[in-house]
Amino acid sequence: MADIASTDAPAAGLSVREIDDGTERLHRILMIGIAVALVIAPFVTYPVFVMKVMCFALFALAFNLLLGFGGLLSFGQAAYFGMASYVCAYAAKFWGLSPELAILSGTAVATLIGLVFGALAIRRQGIYFAMITLALAQMAFFFSLQTPGFTGGEDGIQAVPRGRLFGLIDIADDRALYWLVAAIFMGGLLLIYRIIHSPFGQVCTAIRDNEPRAISLGYRTNRYKLVVFVLSAALAGLAGATKAIVFQLASLTDVHWSMSGEVVLMTLVGGLGTIFGPIAGALVIVSMQNFLASLGSWVLVVQGVIFVVCVLTFREGIVGIIAKWSKRPL
Amino acid sequence: MLTEAARVSAQTAAPLLQVRGLEAWYGESHVLHGIDLDVASGEVVTLLGRNGAGKTTTLKSIMGVIGKRKGSVVLEGTETIGLPSRAIARLGIGYVPEERGIYSSLSVEENLMLPPRVRPGGLSLEQIFTLFPNIKERLRSQGTKLSGGEQQMLAIGRILRTGAHFLLLDEPTEGLAPVIIDQIGATIRKLKQDGYTIILVEQNFRFAATVADRHYVVEQGKVIDMIPNDQLDANIDKLHGYLGV
Amino acid sequence: MFEILGVPAQALFGQLLLGLINGSFYAILSLGLAVIFGLLNIINFSHGAQYMMGAFVAWMCLNYLGINYWAALLLAPLVVGATGIAIERLLLKRIAHFDHLYGLLLTFGLALIIQGVFRNQYGSSGLPYQIPPELRGGQNLGFMFLPYYRGWVVVASLAVCLATWFLIEKTKLGAYLRAATENPTLTQAFGINVPLLVTLTYGFGVALAGFAGVLAAPIYSVNPNMGADLIIVVFAVVVIGGMGSILGAIITGFSLGLIEGLTKVFYPEASATVIFIIMVLVLLVRPAGLFGRAA
Repeated sequence: MADIASTDAPAAGLSVREIDDGTERLHRILMIGIAVALVIAPFVTYPVFVMKVMCFALFALAFNLLLGFGGLLSFGQAAYFGMASYVCAYAAKFWGLSPELAILSGTAVATLIGLVFGALAIRRQGIYFAMITLALAQMAFFFSLQTPGFTGGEDGIQAVPRGRLFGLIDIADDRALYWLVAAIFMGGLLLIYRIIHSPFGQVCTAIRDNEPRAISLGYRTNRYKLVVFVLSAALAGLAGATKAIVFQLASLTDVHWSMSGEVVLMTLVGGLGTIFGPIAGALVIVSMQNFLASLGSWVLVVQGVIFVVCVLTFREGIVGIIAKWSKRPL
Repeated sequence: MLTEAARVSAQTAAPLLQVRGLEAWYGESHVLHGIDLDVASGEVVTLLGRNGAGKTTTLKSIMGVIGKRKGSVVLEGTETIGLPSRAIARLGIGYVPEERGIYSSLSVEENLMLPPRVRPGGLSLEQIFTLFPNIKERLRSQGTKLSGGEQQMLAIGRILRTGAHFLLLDEPTEGLAPVIIDQIGATIRKLKQDGYTIILVEQNFRFAATVADRHYVVEQGKVIDMIPNDQLDANIDKLHGYLGV
Repeated sequence: MFEILGVPAQALFGQLLLGLINGSFYAILSLGLAVIFGLLNIINFSHGAQYMMGAFVAWMCLNYLGINYWAALLLAPLVVGATGIAIERLLLKRIAHFDHLYGLLLTFGLALIIQGVFRNQYGSSGLPYQIPPELRGGQNLGFMFLPYYRGWVVVASLAVCLATWFLIEKTKLGAYLRAATENPTLTQAFGINVPLLVTLTYGFGVALAGFAGVLAAPIYSVNPNMGADLIIVVFAVVVIGGMGSILGAIITGFSLGLIEGLTKVFYPEASATVIFIIMVLVLLVRPAGLFGRAA
């Protein structure tokens, strides 16, 4: 399984090992570019749309950290996204926690679930790993379905108050909230960038490329896998919790397996194993969903077709292709 | 053993197998760099060389079971370089791979009956059991429960059933006891008598000398020398040099 | 009426029978997944959608063409198998030499497409499919009431599972299949057409799913979503059993169905999750699965 990101996205291998000053400068410029775009965006488009994209982009970045750089295909990322969303919504609504604390508690719970599920799932590899993560996430889904006292059942937790940031700043208005979400997103992006380029990230990539070799070099690969799994779960939780505050809603949709599929799709479209690909993928898929919202179930078909087309002909993804053209890891 | 005259005529007549400029790759790594060799009908030819020289890869490339290959492999006038291995097998080649390739999920009998007949005139089961009596008693066992020697006999037996008259044997003596090696050697000489053509990969050239007409020496993916068996003694020092013995 | 552990016998055996029926579907579906995985090295995510297709083909046969249940039982697997053959030749073949996780992603996309198309066409509420007249009614066995159709489903599933086992373990074709699963390169070098075997295997595996779909149609009604959640449970079944053994897959499928049925009687809250919980326990105790070979 380790090959999935490396064989078809040579850029991914490069991004860690052969990063030079020019590339680092390019990445810095791109980061600044994204930050500038985020500053301008609310003035030219709907802030809620951009916030949605940011939440999903963070979710996809977290997934890509796991698959693209850890070589682990989890098909159950919705568990962390959705459970964090519920905990955050519940904490904000029923415990009256301020938004930052609600988001933190959601993230903490996702981290814990990630620790438990991760420890179980890494006992198997490859295809089994994917099936186990999916099955565990389905357990989280049934749990959500059967505990309406906590999750609100089919209705979800609605009308979640956005509250006051640090108990001081009112973020009920979309524009005010926007800066919080943008800050969380940029923080998440920078953190993931740091992780990928840290010695820890390099070991993860080495394990992805050739686990037996990493073992023979004396690395306890299961520990690395577990840590990258937990990190990914935590960041997915951060994204889900933030989304609960943005939409003032946590619902079964967020824990359903189709959500796990969506985040895989976003990452695949944007470019597996690239740094910026998941952001592009989230932008494309969220835009598409908005655009096709009136088509009902056809959205499912369109997503399926994109999956098939991407796997058959477009395995590098948008950013992967650009990286190939420009001969720079992106 | 062929007479000198017969050997010359075998080389001038159209050979059964003609390999020219054969190159092969495992993934990105280039392993064969242009193998040239000829095998006449009825000959037993060995490929000698150090570990990693490309002997096994040469057999695999003739059989078409390698990622990428190019050059020319002509078998009885048919160019096989573009054919899938199943079509090459159907031309009448029988392949005994390294490690023998006995299937653990098949019984001995299923292993024996697995390869489809590719030519008329294959051995009957009775003939195979005469050649390798041990197999007959173990038909119901799991294929890999046989001893190494029995597995080797099964691997040879199952391709004799198919009617293939051109055999590729990859280190049939590896890891076997001397008494078994003698039995395998006797089998190969018997097959030669019956008119089979055989390419044999061997580490052990003392064994090779007891069965072969000619020896090709492979080094770094190329054939660097050919020594007729009757000139082996004269070339023994050179051969020791090649093989690093 | 007597009771067992405080539960009326009728209810207990009724649930056990339902459990056996679910177990039948787990067994047939995990068998198909295992056969496909063995040779193609992919997990067929669209297996649930193909099970649903089987049910829909039966429904369409009846409502558009007047073809009855018994003919559909034969026809639907053939139709689903034929689409499977097309999928393998047109799509899966192209990605065979890439990482096998791409196969998972591709078949996931296919599942979305199939499910979406049927949902658009037939809605999500489900269509009724009558039990064939020959199997209506049932028999009171004293300790429980046995509806004939439910009995038939268990018997037919068991028969198909055992026939599959026989085909794979005891026939020449099965020997080809096992050989190609174990060492495709060598098998091809013996002159056996492995690519054809791969195509037929995929077709056969999804035809099994289609067959299960027809069996399920009169019990659960025909619904575009009927395979989606089921397939995830079947994945857990496969993790529990391991994919190395045909009989193992059958035994695991039926037993987990029974356990699920028992859970419905004694602790209904856990009935939806009990298989996942067992999966967790098996992962802790025997990560390779009950019948699996260590990786």
